[in-house]
Amino acid sequence: MSSLFGARVQRVEDDRLLRGRGAFLDDLGQDALAAAFVRSPHAHARITGIDVSAALEVPGVVAVYTCQDLPPRLAQPLPLLIPHPDLTHGRTPYPLASGEVNHVGEAVAMVVAADRYLAEDAADLVDVSYEPLPAVVGLDAARAAVHLVHDDVPGNRAANSVQEHGDTAAAIAAAPHVLELDLEIERSASMPLEGRGVLARWDGQSESLVLWTSTQTSTGVRAAVAAKLGLDLSQVDVITPDVGGGFGVKIVHPWPEEVLVPWAARMLGQPVKFTEDRREHFIASAHERGQQHHVTVGYDDDGRILGLDVRFWHDNGAYVPYGLIVPIVTSTQLLGPYKPGAYRVEFDSLYTNTVLVTPYRGAGRPQGCFVMERTVDAIAAALRLDRTLVRERNLIQPGEMPYDQGLIFQDGRPLIYDSGDYPAMLAKIKDLIGWEKFALLKDAAAAEGRRIGIGLACYVEGTGVGPYEGAHVVVETSGKVKVATGLTSQGQGHRTMLAQLVADELGVPMADVDVVTGDTRRFGYAVGTFASRTAVMSGSAVTLAARKARQKALRVAAGALEVSPDDLEITGGMVQVRGDPDSGISLGTVAVLSNPLRYAFDDAAKAATQFAGGGDPGKPPVEPDDEPGIEGRAYFSPVRSTFASGMHAAIVETDPDTAEVRILRYCVVHDCGPLINPQIVEGQIHGGVAQGVGGALYERMAYDEDGQLVNASFMDFLMPYVSEVPREVEIDHLETPSPLNPLGIKGAGEAGVIPGAAALAAAIEDAEGIPVRSMPLSPSDLFELRQASDQQTAPRAGGRQAGGAIPFPDGSGNDG
Amino acid sequence: MSAADELHGEELHEVRLTVNGAARTARVPARRLLSDCIRHDLRLTGTHVGCEHGVCGACTILLDGLPVRSCLLLAVSADGCDITTVEGLAETDGTLSAVQQAFFECHGLQCGFCTPGFLTTITAGLRVVPDPDDEQAREMIGGNLCRCTGYQNILASVHRAAEIIRERAASASAGRA
Repeated sequence: MSSLFGARVQRVEDDRLLRGRGAFLDDLGQDALAAAFVRSPHAHARITGIDVSAALEVPGVVAVYTCQDLPPRLAQPLPLLIPHPDLTHGRTPYPLASGEVNHVGEAVAMVVAADRYLAEDAADLVDVSYEPLPAVVGLDAARAAVHLVHDDVPGNRAANSVQEHGDTAAAIAAAPHVLELDLEIERSASMPLEGRGVLARWDGQSESLVLWTSTQTSTGVRAAVAAKLGLDLSQVDVITPDVGGGFGVKIVHPWPEEVLVPWAARMLGQPVKFTEDRREHFIASAHERGQQHHVTVGYDDDGRILGLDVRFWHDNGAYVPYGLIVPIVTSTQLLGPYKPGAYRVEFDSLYTNTVLVTPYRGAGRPQGCFVMERTVDAIAAALRLDRTLVRERNLIQPGEMPYDQGLIFQDGRPLIYDSGDYPAMLAKIKDLIGWEKFALLKDAAAAEGRRIGIGLACYVEGTGVGPYEGAHVVVETSGKVKVATGLTSQGQGHRTMLAQLVADELGVPMADVDVVTGDTRRFGYAVGTFASRTAVMSGSAVTLAARKARQKALRVAAGALEVSPDDLEITGGMVQVRGDPDSGISLGTVAVLSNPLRYAFDDAAKAATQFAGGGDPGKPPVEPDDEPGIEGRAYFSPVRSTFASGMHAAIVETDPDTAEVRILRYCVVHDCGPLINPQIVEGQIHGGVAQGVGGALYERMAYDEDGQLVNASFMDFLMPYVSEVPREVEIDHLETPSPLNPLGIKGAGEAGVIPGAAALAAAIEDAEGIPVRSMPLSPSDLFELRQASDQQTAPRAGGRQAGGAIPFPDGSGNDG
Repeated sequence: MSAADELHGEELHEVRLTVNGAARTARVPARRLLSDCIRHDLRLTGTHVGCEHGVCGACTILLDGLPVRSCLLLAVSADGCDITTVEGLAETDGTLSAVQQAFFECHGLQCGFCTPGFLTTITAGLRVVPDPDDEQAREMIGGNLCRCTGYQNILASVHRAAEIIRERAASASAGRA
C-alpha cells in the first residue's frame, strides 16, 4: 500500500470548522420562515379537539397545521423502514398526531411564522383538548400489559423473535453446572450536540424541492420525501450540511419534520426551516438501550459454556419505524468472541408510552455485551476461576475462521465472522492493563483503606453492513480530483479518510482531492451512515472508482505518449513512463486529451480541439465503447458484514463513603483491520469510550410513572464532562484484515462504546465484592447495593485469588 | 440603546456592539437572546447553540474579554459591549490562532459543533493560566460538553496551544531582536 494509507493525516474538514465557517443546518436559510411544533404534554391520550384560532391571531404567524389539514399521503403513518416477518404488530407515528398521542413530545400541530420566537408564541396558544389514557411506562408495565399502548396490539408486543443454534435445552440439562441471571440496562440516547433540523426551498418555476437536513441518510430522506409529497425523485434533492453529531438518531427518516417542512414550503411558496431545541430532542427524537434479560447458562467444570439460553424484553417505545434492528443486533452480537455449545435467544419487542427507540451508537451491542460478559464473570465466580481463563476457554480460535454462529444477522445474512484473532487480543489486553499484577496493586490499595477493582469485557461487532455504497471520481482538466459518495458525515473525518484512499490510487497530492458526501445532486445512490460502515463501504467504493479513473488515465496517456499503459505510472499528479520523470504529462492534460473538443475554452483545451492534430482520422473521436473524460464510477456490495472486535479493561476505585466510582485506568485493544488513519480511528475510540462511561455510570432517561421525562435537559441528564472520563484511554491495535473487501478493512465508528458498561460493571464488582446486575450504576445505586449486600449473611470480598472473581453471595451459582 | 419601531407587534431596540473589532448594530426585540442576535441578526453563525440553558457551553463568546454563554444573555443587555466570537479568533493575517492551530494538530474536534465554545473558553483561559498543568487544563474545559471526542484530544489541544503561544512569542521577540 502506498504512502497515505495508514498515515496520521490531519483532517481537511478542520480549517472551516475552526474558523466558525461551518455550515450546520441552523446556519442556513436565514431568510426562511420558522416552524415550531405543538407537542403532546401527555404520554397517552385521545385528542378530542384542536382550536388553532388564537394561534392564527399572533402577529407574524403564517400558518398553523394539524393532521386534518394534511393531504392524504401525509395524513398516513410514516413508513416502517425495515419490515421483518417477526414484526407482526409494527406501528409508526403520523407526521402530526391523528386522534391519539402515544408519548410526551409527539407532534400534534405545526406553526409557521416569521421567526421562531413568534412561532413558539403561537404554538403555546394552540388549544388541544386531551382525554388522558393510562400510560404504559417501563418494561415491567409493558410486560404486565394491564394497559395497552396501541389498542390493537395485544400484550404490547410488537414482535416475538426466536433464534436457536443447536439444542440449547438439552445442552443446559446435561451441563454439570447451571446459573441463572437477571440483568438490566436502562435507556440513554445518542444526544448529539446539534439536534435535528431541516430546511426546505420549493422552486415553483422549476417545480423542484431542495431539502437540507441534519441526517445520516440523504438518499433515504430524498426517497421518503418524494413519496410522501407525491413528487418524482428527479424533483427532489437532499443536501446534508455539516452535521453536529449523529450517533444513530439521525439515521431514522423521515422524521415528521422532514416531510412537514418541505410540504409547508411548497404550500407557502417560501423557504421554511425547523431547528430542534434541546428539550425537543429529549422528548421527540429517539432513545435506546432499555432491555431486561434473563439468562440461563450451562457450563462444565472448566467454565466452558455448553448451552446458553437468553430471554429478553426490549423497550421499543411508542413506535417502531426502524423495525427490529436493535434487538436483533443484541440477540446476535451478544455472543461476542465466544462459541457456546448451543444458543437460544428469544425476545419480545414491547411498546411503551415513551419516545421511540432506534439505534444509538452500538445499536443493541452494549446490552448484549453486558449480558454475555456478566454471564462469563458469573461462571468464573461460581467456579472460582480467573475471569480471563474462562474467557480464554470459550474463545473462537483463529483457525476456526470463518466462523458461522448459525444465526441470521441484522443484514438478513448468516452471522459468519470473517476473521479475527481473539486469543491474541486477550493476551494483549491482559498485558496492557497488567492483569496478572493487579492483585498486588489491589492488596496495596486495601492496606491504605482503598477499594480498587479490575474488569474486562470483549465484543465482536458486525460492521460494514450492506447492501452497497457507490462513488464517483472525476479528474478535472486542472488536475484536481473531485470525489462524491452518497452516504453522509457527522464528524468522522470521512472527507479526509476518503481523500487519502483516492490520492493513493490516483497518485495525486491529497490537496488536489476534494470529497463530497451526502449530496444527492452529486451522487444519487446510497444507503447511509450507520453500523460503522463508511470506511468499509464508501472506502471500498471510492477505491474502486479511483482505480477505474486511473485505468482510463493510463490508457489515454499511453495513446498520447505512444507507449503501453503497462509502462506508465502516476506520481505527484504526473503520468509518466516508469522511472522517467522527463516523459511525464500532467493528469490534467490527460483529462484534456480524454475529452475531444470543438471549442477551446482555455490554452490547455486547445490540445483537444479538432484541428490540433490528435487522434486517428479513420475512427470516431470517442470510440463506441468509450466515454469522454477521466472518470470512474463504482459500487461496492459485500456478501455480508465484516466483523471487527475489541476488548476493554478498566481499573476503578470506589469510594467507601460516597460510593462514587473513579476510573483509574481504561485500556482498549481494538481490531478493525488495517487502519486508514490511526488518528481518526483513535478519536472514534476516545469518543465511544466516553459514551460508554456515560452509559455505565451516569446517563439514564428518568421517566416518571405518568410518562413524563423528568430529566429532559443537560442540567439533569448527566452526559460526561471531561471530569467524568478516563484521563487517558490507552489503546493498542491488532490488525486482522477482512477478506470481504478490497482494502481488508473493518468499521471502527461504534466500537468504543460497546463494552463500556460491561467492563466497568466487572471492575466495580471486583472492587466491591457485590454482584452488579444492572447499569447505569450511580453512587446511590451502589450505596443501595452495599446495603442490600450487608443484610446478607454471606461474606463478601474475602479470600479471592489474583484476578479472581466474586463468589456469589446471592447463591445464584447453582450446581445443576 | 434607543427604542425604535415595531416588528410583528414587538418593539425593537437598537443594540450597539463591537464584534470582532468592528462596530455592529442590530435592532431586536427585548427578549432576543444574544446568541440568536449574533447568529441570525449579525449572521455570525460560527457561535452554536447546543442546549439553550447554559450547560453545554457551545455558545460561549468573549464578552469584554471574558467567556460567557450567549444563550443566557439578552442581546439588549450586551449593548455597548465588546464581543469576540469564533470568527474573530484567527490572527489578522488569517493565521489560525494558537488554540485553533492546536485543535487542528491534536485532532481536538470531530463534528465541530461544540468547538467554537471550547476555542473561546480556552482562549480566555490561557490568558489567565498561560502554562496550565493537567489539572488546570481539565478545569479550564470542565464546563463544556463534547459528545464526539471524549475530551482527551481537547486536553492535549490545551497544552499544545499553551506551547504554540510560547513558540510564537519567542519567534516574535527573536524577530524584533
